[in-house]
Amino acid sequence: VGHLFCFREAGLTNGTPVETSSPASTSSLLNRLQLDDDLEADIRDPYAEAAETRDLFVTVDDPKKHVSTMETYITYRVSTKTSRVEFDLPEYCVRRRYQDFDWLRIKLEDSQPTHLIPPLPEKFVMKGVVDRFSEDFVETRMKALDKFLKRVADHPVLSFNPHLNTFLTTKDLNKRQGLALLSKVGESVKHVAGGYKLRARPAEFGAMGEYLDTFNQKLGTIDRIAQRILKEQSEYLTELREYGTVYSSWAGSEDELRRPLEGVGGCVTTCCGALEDLGDGMSQDILPVLREYVLYIESMKSVLRKRDQSQAEYEGRLEAAVLRKQEDRTPMPLEVEKCQDKVECFNADLKADWERWQSNKRHDFKQLLTGMADKNINHYEKCQAAWESLITLLQDKQTEDKTSETN
Amino acid sequence: MADCGSNEEVAVIFNTDITSTESENNLINTMVEIGATLLRKMEINVTEAEKRTGKNTVNMQETYTVYLIETRSAETVPEGGTPTTPDTLWRRYSEFELLRTYLLVTYPYIIIPPLPEKRAEFVWHKMSADNLDPDFVERRRVGLENFLLRVASHPVLSNDKIFFLFLTEEKEWREVVLETGFQDKVDSRLKSLSAMFRVKNPDKRFTALKHYSDELNSVISQLLRVRAKVADRLYGVYKVHGNYGRVFSEWSAIEKEMGDGLQSAGHHMDTFAASIDDILEEEEHYADQLKEYLFYAEAVRSVCRKHELIQYELEMVAQDLVSKKQQKEELATGTVRVFSLKGMTSKLFGQESQEQRESRLAALEQSTREGEETLKERNTECQEFVRTAWEDIGRFKEQKDRDLREALISYAIMQISMCKKGIQVWSNAKECFNKM
Repeated sequence: VGHLFCFREAGLTNGTPVETSSPASTSSLLNRLQLDDDLEADIRDPYAEAAETRDLFVTVDDPKKHVSTMETYITYRVSTKTSRVEFDLPEYCVRRRYQDFDWLRIKLEDSQPTHLIPPLPEKFVMKGVVDRFSEDFVETRMKALDKFLKRVADHPVLSFNPHLNTFLTTKDLNKRQGLALLSKVGESVKHVAGGYKLRARPAEFGAMGEYLDTFNQKLGTIDRIAQRILKEQSEYLTELREYGTVYSSWAGSEDELRRPLEGVGGCVTTCCGALEDLGDGMSQDILPVLREYVLYIESMKSVLRKRDQSQAEYEGRLEAAVLRKQEDRTPMPLEVEKCQDKVECFNADLKADWERWQSNKRHDFKQLLTGMADKNINHYEKCQAAWESLITLLQDKQTEDKTSETN
Repeated sequence: MADCGSNEEVAVIFNTDITSTESENNLINTMVEIGATLLRKMEINVTEAEKRTGKNTVNMQETYTVYLIETRSAETVPEGGTPTTPDTLWRRYSEFELLRTYLLVTYPYIIIPPLPEKRAEFVWHKMSADNLDPDFVERRRVGLENFLLRVASHPVLSNDKIFFLFLTEEKEWREVVLETGFQDKVDSRLKSLSAMFRVKNPDKRFTALKHYSDELNSVISQLLRVRAKVADRLYGVYKVHGNYGRVFSEWSAIEKEMGDGLQSAGHHMDTFAASIDDILEEEEHYADQLKEYLFYAEAVRSVCRKHELIQYELEMVAQDLVSKKQQKEELATGTVRVFSLKGMTSKLFGQESQEQRESRLAALEQSTREGEETLKERNTECQEFVRTAWEDIGRFKEQKDRDLREALISYAIMQISMCKKGIQVWSNAKECFNKM
């Protein structure tokens, strides 16, 4: 019950009432309580939990280019299916552009400061370096936006945020006025970078910070390795292509050997195609997810900083109150208690989100890495098949020759 | 096509470290003709290499490698009996070169099998270009053995006495070779290869063959060059994956449930990175097979050039004879059609006497008869050259087609093996990822 109270309090800090204080399903409530009691044995996988009890489904697809006199941009179709009472209709279909997603994210960050908001794909791309309208870029961005929205929709608290509701249902988001102001608010929070003097940051949050720093480093390294591999593979591919053409050219000056040589040239060409597919797969499916997690880490670190900030505020007030109390024996003011509550709520939310994030991360990376393994396996299988069929061809010819010889 | 009989008559041409299926294929495909080939009676192996130091011709210390040639009678050993100990002798590369030069000069109509390269070429950067490098020495050992087996299985070359002595007579051999006086003919051979003479009626078949040998040379060179670059790049790709091993290991240290899976997957990435060394080493064998035919192309071209020289000399002799006959005719009939110094001087200094004329005519008659003899000889020589050369060329073509097809098959097998290894490693890694 104490936690339910906590949600309401958190909502009041910026004046916007949070409509509902109870998470939709009892099982996720249980989950929250369980987390506070026992952080160690997280047997239940929140990721699987959410999947079973999901009653809000969102999808981002169908990119379309819009050309106007002022600008050209892409919109995506956002489809919603839900049985929640908070929504008037069971289905919705709207079109949104990146700006709109950005708006949503900022709104969520400001209205749910104690929660980890999933990251969006990079906002700015260097014109001239990356083609914003290329199929690959749009596809990659769309998948990231889809992931963002799904993560929000799966979050037991964020999914009930009224801004999400607006985003999913309203035909035309009139957001221009608030945008500039809000982004400034967002910035000021981000700017405070670890400059809080805390009495004692609870060890678990310190550990989280350390983990994030190391993890960030490792992800950066993995990204660099993956890119290096892509580069090496690309150079290998260039040489391999030439290699294949030499066999074909040799075939031209032979008679008996013509078909075997053409066969080898053909196999090499097939392998080139398979290698190209591997490279494309890596750039489109693997690298973007790695980068997204780097952004996720940044979001998480920013939430940790906010938590530190709220703890520092509390400690500051407490200190002041204690001094006053010593002077004139007034009882502990209510604001200090409220501050303490706020810190405790923040801690609880953060821990819950942390566990969810860890679980999602485990799932995402398992998928990512097995995906990478599958792509490599697939590549080798294609090559192997090509060479094996060549051998059959060559050996058939051999037995053909032998039988004709002995006859 | 001669039937390849029992195993003892057949030679294993390449490195003996091959699978049984490959060995079987080699046995079936190696064209050893029944007849008086040396290989029928004798087993030949180049088994070892050793470093030696000694004084060279200009009395300076040098280090060189010698190779051990083992020969043994090819008679089957009865069940339970011990094989006879082989005869052995040591030879260095320069002695092989001497043997080959001798064969080139003595059998100009034969495509002489090539030696392995003198210096490592078409090297991809991780491979050593150093002649004393053990891998290079090993590959050269195989190449030298291959050379001896090729010669020993050749219907013509295998009967050569000097070759036999090369295999059996360590000390005296050099003197015996030089005594044959083949070096005098070396000059003419060099002339044939570098001279710029034009043949009036080129033999179309030889022209086509020379053109083919040039193309073969060019395309195999290109293939070897690009292959080396491909090997270089592939090496880079594999080795970078090793970095995954390290980072997964570091990452696993900060993870709880994911740790074990990541750590084991990292080991598989290390295995993957290491696997390229063996893969590329095996591919060198394929490169060596290609190189042999690169050098064979040169040998074919050399036969074509020798034919050109013979043809040219024949044409010169024929030309000379025609001119002599014309001179004779003029002298006999008194007409001057062809300019001759004698004719001019007789015009200037007065007619010669009947006696003088008759002696000159007689001399020309003699000269003409000799000329006709020479022409006949040269003609026969040329025809004989053409006949024997085309016989050998036919044999060579079949050998080439067989060997290269075999090489392509074994290359494809290597590629399949590489793919299988790749699938294995990534499947293992995937299993680890699944356990994360």
